[in-house]
Amino acid sequence: MKLKSFKRGIHPKGNKQYTADKPIKELVSTCDATYPLSQHIGAPCEPVVAIGDEVKKGQLIAKATSFVSCNIFSAVSGKVKDIKPVATTSGETVQSIIIENDGKFEEVEGFGKQEDYTKFDRDEILEKIQYAGIVGLGGAGFPTHVKLAPKEPDRIDYLIVNAAECEPYLTSDYRLMLEKGDKLVEGIKILLKLFKNAKCVIGIENNKTDAYKHLVEIIDDEKIECQLLKAKYPQGGERMLIKAITGREINSKMLPADAGTVVVNVASTIACYDAVANNIPLIKRVLTITGDAITNPCNLLVSIGCSHKELLEEAGGFNCNPEKIVSGGPMMGTALFEIDLPVTKTSSSILAFTKDEVAKVPTSACIHCGRCLGACPEKLVPQLMMAASDNSQFDEFEKLHGMECIECGSCTYVCPAKRPLTQSFKYAKREVIKQRKKGEKK
Amino acid sequence: MFRNINVSVSPHIRDKRTTRNIMLDVCIALFFPLAAGIYAYGINALIVAVLCVATCLLSELIFQVALKKKVTLGDLSALVTGLILAVNLPASVPWFIPVLGGVFAIIVVKQLFGGLGQNFMNPALGARCFLVISFAKLMTNYSTDINYLFGKPDAVTSATPMAMVKGGEVTNWFDMLVNTHAGCIGEVSAIAILIGAAYMIIRRVIDVKIPFIYIASTLCFVALIQTIKGESISFDYMMVQLCGGGLLIGAFFMATDYVTSPITNKGKVVYALILGLMTSLIRTVSPSNEGVSYSIIIGNMLTPLIEKFTVPKPFGYKKGAVK
Repeated sequence: MKLKSFKRGIHPKGNKQYTADKPIKELVSTCDATYPLSQHIGAPCEPVVAIGDEVKKGQLIAKATSFVSCNIFSAVSGKVKDIKPVATTSGETVQSIIIENDGKFEEVEGFGKQEDYTKFDRDEILEKIQYAGIVGLGGAGFPTHVKLAPKEPDRIDYLIVNAAECEPYLTSDYRLMLEKGDKLVEGIKILLKLFKNAKCVIGIENNKTDAYKHLVEIIDDEKIECQLLKAKYPQGGERMLIKAITGREINSKMLPADAGTVVVNVASTIACYDAVANNIPLIKRVLTITGDAITNPCNLLVSIGCSHKELLEEAGGFNCNPEKIVSGGPMMGTALFEIDLPVTKTSSSILAFTKDEVAKVPTSACIHCGRCLGACPEKLVPQLMMAASDNSQFDEFEKLHGMECIECGSCTYVCPAKRPLTQSFKYAKREVIKQRKKGEKK
Repeated sequence: MFRNINVSVSPHIRDKRTTRNIMLDVCIALFFPLAAGIYAYGINALIVAVLCVATCLLSELIFQVALKKKVTLGDLSALVTGLILAVNLPASVPWFIPVLGGVFAIIVVKQLFGGLGQNFMNPALGARCFLVISFAKLMTNYSTDINYLFGKPDAVTSATPMAMVKGGEVTNWFDMLVNTHAGCIGEVSAIAILIGAAYMIIRRVIDVKIPFIYIASTLCFVALIQTIKGESISFDYMMVQLCGGGLLIGAFFMATDYVTSPITNKGKVVYALILGLMTSLIRTVSPSNEGVSYSIIIGNMLTPLIEKFTVPKPFGYKKGAVK
């Protein structure tokens, strides 16, 4: 089959070999669970429990405050210890519910009750997914029920399952496809019921042919197909994936639905299956713990809310003093300043490096080589954008279509002068949004 | 617990390419034409090259130390400037020409405008043009007499192929391909230039767009202008246009200079076409023999403007993509 892809992009070393062969292992949390009230894109949740309340596993502890927001459930049983601001992996301090884990994992009534999902209609499926608090588990954290409810569902002709996993080091989706492929396929069948004119395409990079072969074998529905994609970063970017599979392009002002597509992540699809068929809300996710400073790199199934520290202990801790610890992939993840931080719905991995590649070569003057241009999947001119951003010329930054930047980091990766392009764009984008808000107030 | 932990904005991995190793690749590529020049002109050429490189490095060092700036010799860009200047000088110039050129390139063209990445024209080429204008006679003297370097200028000049072509003579292009013809140190052998160019293309140091379009358009425009002028164009004539003068070395080593050429794809095409047009005009219509140097310098100065007008439409903005 011909490999599909998008133009430009980069080819970082995959480094998936550390954990690709490690089966997903479940970690039973023994620590207190911490649930930041904002783990998704959209309005923060509102707690529905008070300090001192007894909660059970699978119980709703914070509810969505608007349509673009997501419920949060407890993954442990025990007493609500505190509701206070807590530091999260993003570096921000977020109001959080802390539950003292009694280690019994008593389940709430109806948890895990199997249902015949083939009988559900559209609204019932959507309602169940919305209630389960599922977000895009790839890292962005956009509420899945919002994605699945476009204005004109009949215009959707592609349901795309994002199985690209283009970030180096990460193997959680790959392992899920190999081990929970049947759940994935059933999940897709459920989602396909929402869009009567759609067929499903699972986009997999060609460095994961095992997963591709496995899925092709078990797929038993003619509306579902697998598509091999070129292993290239950022193949899993929503806009790039849509382009690769359908040839359609969208910009930042459009939604995937404008191109007749809905894109969901592998883990999110499996979560949808659990929510609809088994009445299990989103309380667990798979993380990859890897990097050259980790003693035993592994893929762990963990309860959301447990501490990164527990995960690292499970992986045998550090084999030396790491120079950098990252939550998420190496291209878009956040560097951590400490490890006692809660795992949220959007945590995809922990990476620990003995050497920090960023600090290795200092930043020098831009030599105008144009490599950033050749790497940008959004077809922007990062070199000019950075000059505008550095001089605080935000109008110019906008004129250069800077707001289209998806912050994938490709330009920064290839820059021979090691300039922090992505950093400057993040800053400029925030400034532009700030200025726009000011303009609206006037 | 973690005392020496680094925190920075993503991405956390970087490509192995650095400014320094790109510059090193350019130096390696420049070695081929330079070696051919030294082979053809002997010790003279070597001395000129050493003088160029030494003055460039020293000028950068002295300037940065004097102004208490960070010394950036490590990025090797001054070395590249020195080598490019060397391949752009005749082997038989008196000693002060490379020295003056090196100082002018580094101090005036590069450092006064803000150092690496800020110069508005290629430093080595700027210096060459400065020298050609100021010392026209010395710069067009292609004698191979060793005594010339430190002795008195003695006018035994041999004309360059380009000057001869203008005079109606067609020299043997096959000679230019492999070996000696009067000219600058780096222009001696077309084959050596192409080997260096191939190295840079394989190592992905340069994009083929600029040199290929530049060379092709120069030849097309020359043919066109000659036809308009009513002169005959032979295969030999076109081959001399290709291999003679500085077209090849200019197209591969100077027109592709990162700092002074556009980075947008369309911009590269426009820039190369402008260079081609300028070069062909100077070669056929103007009395000057500095076709390649002047064209590239003018192209360099147009670069910011070209870039401004060739910013590509971003992803998803194509007409009729969606909606």
